Amino acid sequence: MSELTRTAPAARSFRWQDFFARHGTLLVLLALVAFNIIATPNFMSVRTLNVNLTQVATIVIVAVGMTMVIATGGIDLSVGSLMAIAGALAPLIFLGKIVHFGNIYVAVAVAMVVSVFVAGLFGWFNGWLITHFKIQPIIATLVLFIAGRGIAQVATNGNLQAFKVPEFQFIGLDRWFGVPVQVIVMVVLVAAATWTMRSTLFGRQILAVGGNERAARLCGMPVSTTKRWVYFISGICAGIAGLVVIAINSSSDANLVGLGMELDAIAAVAVGGTSLSGGRASVLGTLMGALIIQLVRFTLLANGIPDAAALVVKAAIIVAAVWLQRQNGARA
Amino acid sequence: MALSLLSMQRISKAFGGIPALSAASLQIDAGEVHALVGQNGAGKSTMIKILTGYYRKDAGDIQFDGASFEVASPQAAQTGGISTIYQEINLVPYRSVAENICLGREKRRFGLLDWPAMYEDARALIARFNINFDVRQPLVNFNTATQQMVAIARAIGFKAKLVIMDEPTSSLDEREVGVLFDVIRQLKAEGVSVIFVSHKLDELYQVCDRVTIMRDGQSVKTAAMADLSQLELIASMLGRDIAQVSRRTTAFGDRNFAKQASSEAPLLKVSNLRAGRKVLDVSFDMRRGEIIGLAGLLGAGRTETARVIFGEDQPQGGALELKGHAFNPRDPRDAIAGGLGFCSEDRKLEGIIPDMSVGENLTLVLLPHLSKAGIVDEAAKAKIVEKFIARLGVKCSGPNQKIRELSGGNQQKVLLARWLATNPQLLILDEPTRGIDVGAKAEIQSLINDMAKDGLSVLMISSELEEVIEGADRVFVLREGHSVVEFAHSDLSEHAIMQAMAQPEKPAPGTSSPAMSPGAPL
Repeated sequence: MSELTRTAPAARSFRWQDFFARHGTLLVLLALVAFNIIATPNFMSVRTLNVNLTQVATIVIVAVGMTMVIATGGIDLSVGSLMAIAGALAPLIFLGKIVHFGNIYVAVAVAMVVSVFVAGLFGWFNGWLITHFKIQPIIATLVLFIAGRGIAQVATNGNLQAFKVPEFQFIGLDRWFGVPVQVIVMVVLVAAATWTMRSTLFGRQILAVGGNERAARLCGMPVSTTKRWVYFISGICAGIAGLVVIAINSSSDANLVGLGMELDAIAAVAVGGTSLSGGRASVLGTLMGALIIQLVRFTLLANGIPDAAALVVKAAIIVAAVWLQRQNGARA
Repeated sequence: MALSLLSMQRISKAFGGIPALSAASLQIDAGEVHALVGQNGAGKSTMIKILTGYYRKDAGDIQFDGASFEVASPQAAQTGGISTIYQEINLVPYRSVAENICLGREKRRFGLLDWPAMYEDARALIARFNINFDVRQPLVNFNTATQQMVAIARAIGFKAKLVIMDEPTSSLDEREVGVLFDVIRQLKAEGVSVIFVSHKLDELYQVCDRVTIMRDGQSVKTAAMADLSQLELIASMLGRDIAQVSRRTTAFGDRNFAKQASSEAPLLKVSNLRAGRKVLDVSFDMRRGEIIGLAGLLGAGRTETARVIFGEDQPQGGALELKGHAFNPRDPRDAIAGGLGFCSEDRKLEGIIPDMSVGENLTLVLLPHLSKAGIVDEAAKAKIVEKFIARLGVKCSGPNQKIRELSGGNQQKVLLARWLATNPQLLILDEPTRGIDVGAKAEIQSLINDMAKDGLSVLMISSELEEVIEGADRVFVLREGHSVVEFAHSDLSEHAIMQAMAQPEKPAPGTSSPAMSPGAPL
């Protein structure tokens, strides 16, 4: 990370709090891994790795978009509902319920592109509400948080869509080179987002808008357009995650796909050290944040502690992450 | 001589070692309306905040109503008889007028709120101002002026002996100001004293009995309004002896101030600009390589004019011309595309992006030009950053240091570099040296000077007279939203500018002569 190479201001003595605040996420992750190596039987296996990565992939995919949204000082509550929309739309298309395609591969390709793009458009709508009407992001995205799942249910008449289409389900079930496909998708998205934030004009604009919107505007930055794009990207990410979820389940239930995902994603972003007030973002941090949350849950389950208790620990971790961030802020 | 109601003596207060008040004094008689004036940072607000318990004084003595007075909170001050009415009305918008008036001293009956008594009480208080309205309506239903009446009624309900009004007229129109002044006179007739803080001088003369002028944390003068001309008042505020001969105090070097041939077409021409409440009729023009000073008191509409030119606010009337063509920037992007730059007076709120590095902040405007297909060319960026850090002498540990860790002067240099890097034709600098230490100030002034030598046009808004006088080729003075006078460099003097800032002794004659003579009304 570039923070590592940044020149420290002159004459600042080393303080372990600083070090911990800066690299806390990584340290916690390493500590969890170390604990598991000792305490959890069969932890060091490819199978355990794949189980964890498979489970965390959808959260990370959504959280990548969420990181960019939060970097502009916004928030996106609609991601779970957008997952449901994409998850409802894709089977409708590849099962031929809207238009009949002769070739299943064509049908699947169209289904994937269209459903993800539609989720992106709904994200764009979020951004439009926020920039055009100056509605606070938490309220604006609440609209689709509520309505989105309704739209998905209306589109499917509230029916569960079960299917067995391996040509589609590779995205949640197959492995390439021994790696689950959704994990590859996750890695690609994390890499792309990291690169975008670090090396592109768009990434600078996101951070500038989140860091000081008025200053960014006076610098001639396209504040509104930037915001619309990040919500579009968040929608795209949610759409992809929706496809992964229904592929794993071999069915799409508009009531359940992506339920509670917005909070998991926000938690991952927060634990990962991205400032919720905007202007600072770390996609890699988000990845680590999601891994920590996942690993805590796994650790507790593997050691016979029920899922309900795991939720409490998850909350405790979020509190700890926020506390760490405050330490970081107080120093500035 | 009336009895003294309030006497603040030798009040001192420092924030983090920097004195905000040094032995300042304020003395208010019973039943008088007392104006408190001064530039930004003169210490007016600190003085008031100490009086109302917002801050604790470091030293000094406060006597109020014949007893020593020291309170720990604005609430305590209110119970003690001092009420403050702030610029932004701080009442509860969605509760009724009566509730707002009685908030904190609710009438109770058998432990429950006694609504009839509260309504009666509120009605009685309001009626004293010869106005009458339904006190059960929520406060938001009324206009600002009425809300202010409610705030005043609330103050009187607390049996206030002293009411402090901090720029009460800033959001009122002329008629509403009239109503407010009637209320103030009513208060005075009832023996209540008023401290009136305002930047609008004519208002002070309408309603105030005496004035205390503050400057650099001290009270420099207290006098009866009738004995003090507007010019004298401004001179004390700015710390100038009217007869004082100007001496060079800034780092603006010598330029050839006469080089501008009047035949040259103006780069920017502003005609009869009107926008919002603050910009009413502003006209001026500037040519290539000129530094144009915009002078005027706080609230004269200088910043607001600049914001319209930069596309941040939209005009309601008048015309802008850039290089001979109509220029209507809809947002700062348009203005930047036209070759403009703008350094806001508020570095923190509108300038720096605190979490970003010096390098990032410096290249923010230029970034689209440093990118190919949306990807930032880091090598080209580093070169630019290095060049400007060196050229402007920005003191930082390196381009990667966070800008918030820099001193004010160095932050300002980075912000200047941000615009210089885009090679603009016209740079608007709003208070370029405010809040900057002396050394950095001089560096920035000589930098502005050099930029103008290189052909850049600079529109400089400054409250520091010597900056405007020594730096500008021409100066336009704004007064209450109107551009009133143009001065050529050779005609500039502190006396002349201050006179122009003050209200004219008699109404300006309606001159329509196209040839502008120095000092003549536009």
